[in-house]
Amino acid sequence: MIEVEDVHFTYPSGVEALRGVSLTIRNGEFVAIMGENGAGKTTLVKHFNGLLKPTKGRVLVDGVETTKVSVATLARKVGFVFQNPDHQLFCETVEEEIAFALKNFGFSQDVIEKRVEWALNLLGLSQYRKTSPFMLSGGERKRVALASVLAWDPKILILDEPTIGQDYQQKEKLRQFILQMNAQKKTVIIVTHDVEFVAECNPRVVLMRGGKIVADGEARKVLTNPEMLMQASLVPPQIAQIFLNLSDLGFPKEVIDVYEAREILLKTFGSREQ
Amino acid sequence: MSFFDGLRFRRVNSPIHNLDPRVKFIYACVIFAVAIIFWQLLPLAVLFVMQIPLVLIARVKREWIRSMKGAAFLASIIFLTNFIFSFISSGYVVTFVALEYALAMTLRFLVLVGSFSIFFLTTSPDHLGLALEQSKVPYEFCFAFTTAVRFVPVLAEEAQTIMDAQKARGLELEKGNFLKRVRNYIPILIPLIISAIRRSL
Repeated sequence: MIEVEDVHFTYPSGVEALRGVSLTIRNGEFVAIMGENGAGKTTLVKHFNGLLKPTKGRVLVDGVETTKVSVATLARKVGFVFQNPDHQLFCETVEEEIAFALKNFGFSQDVIEKRVEWALNLLGLSQYRKTSPFMLSGGERKRVALASVLAWDPKILILDEPTIGQDYQQKEKLRQFILQMNAQKKTVIIVTHDVEFVAECNPRVVLMRGGKIVADGEARKVLTNPEMLMQASLVPPQIAQIFLNLSDLGFPKEVIDVYEAREILLKTFGSREQ
Repeated sequence: MSFFDGLRFRRVNSPIHNLDPRVKFIYACVIFAVAIIFWQLLPLAVLFVMQIPLVLIARVKREWIRSMKGAAFLASIIFLTNFIFSFISSGYVVTFVALEYALAMTLRFLVLVGSFSIFFLTTSPDHLGLALEQSKVPYEFCFAFTTAVRFVPVLAEEAQTIMDAQKARGLELEKGNFLKRVRNYIPILIPLIISAIRRSL
């Protein structure tokens, strides 16, 4: 569980990135943190594994204050996958890259081998085991970065902009993967701008603007509130836009899912035909 | 990368910021030369203290202190090696002279870092480029120099992100003996160098 209590954060340069954020993320929740550029999304999640310490207020991970323990200790519980895989890949082979964190955490050699094997299989990277991560494509590098974090099986997983530069197929795989993680009672937190992706996943949505949380709730409630989204420089997902425009015809407003939309439309037209 | 913070220019309206960059550059070079000439504790201490009023006038106290903190690790290595060598050469006794010498060498390093930190903190890269051109330095060199200086903050920011990413994978930079600590920086240097090369292509 992550508890954020009235956290303020000012960067050394004087930029006030967080201005009083309070938030509780329970175990096994799936949360999408959204908002415009510079809203403080990444700054906020960097507090969850202690990379940043609040200037005021406090952050508790499983009841432990983040200022009291090292990043490495917290990282064991909170896995953080950065936006750009090139910021973390440095080993000669994919295999070593995945083993790096495991070595840091002091796992024994046979456990490391098993975990690496598991992570390679999980993300379909087995054939690249001995390849240099720098020879892989962008999407594959992103998967290596993800595998290198998943390998130590953190309880909480943070993904910063996971969908950037990914094609539809990769996004779909990622979505399946996140849902699978979530089904295994892992807490998954994603930071993203991608409203369509969030609409398909249907998580809890936390909307940020100017270092504050402006909305927090189910995706279907938050993503169908155009005024609120406008404030955060986002537009509603396409399905929501259609239904918002059709609301004067008696259609429900809070629809973001394609299949749900299909059901509603079929029902309406079906009843007209009769 | 707190050390780089001390080199990052921020626009402030102060007498030092408004000075001709050439004056500041000559100042930094003179301090450099004087610090190299002297090896006694007293003159080096004077050189060090001399910079503090300038820092206060330029209102860059926080940044300057941060760059000095960043230099502290290297300074302590300089102190230790100097001290250990004079300790061995003086026949395994702790002498006042040895201590004084080691302190002076450390101070010399801090004076150098301090004076150049003042220079970079108070001079915008544009002014620096212009000053170089006015001093009849060939344009190619000015351009290369300005570009390089401009690149420092970008690189520093990148280094910070990489450090965060590796810390999030359980890397502990301050762990282990000296050799281990140096090796801890490999996971940071490789992505940093690769991204710098990629950027330059």
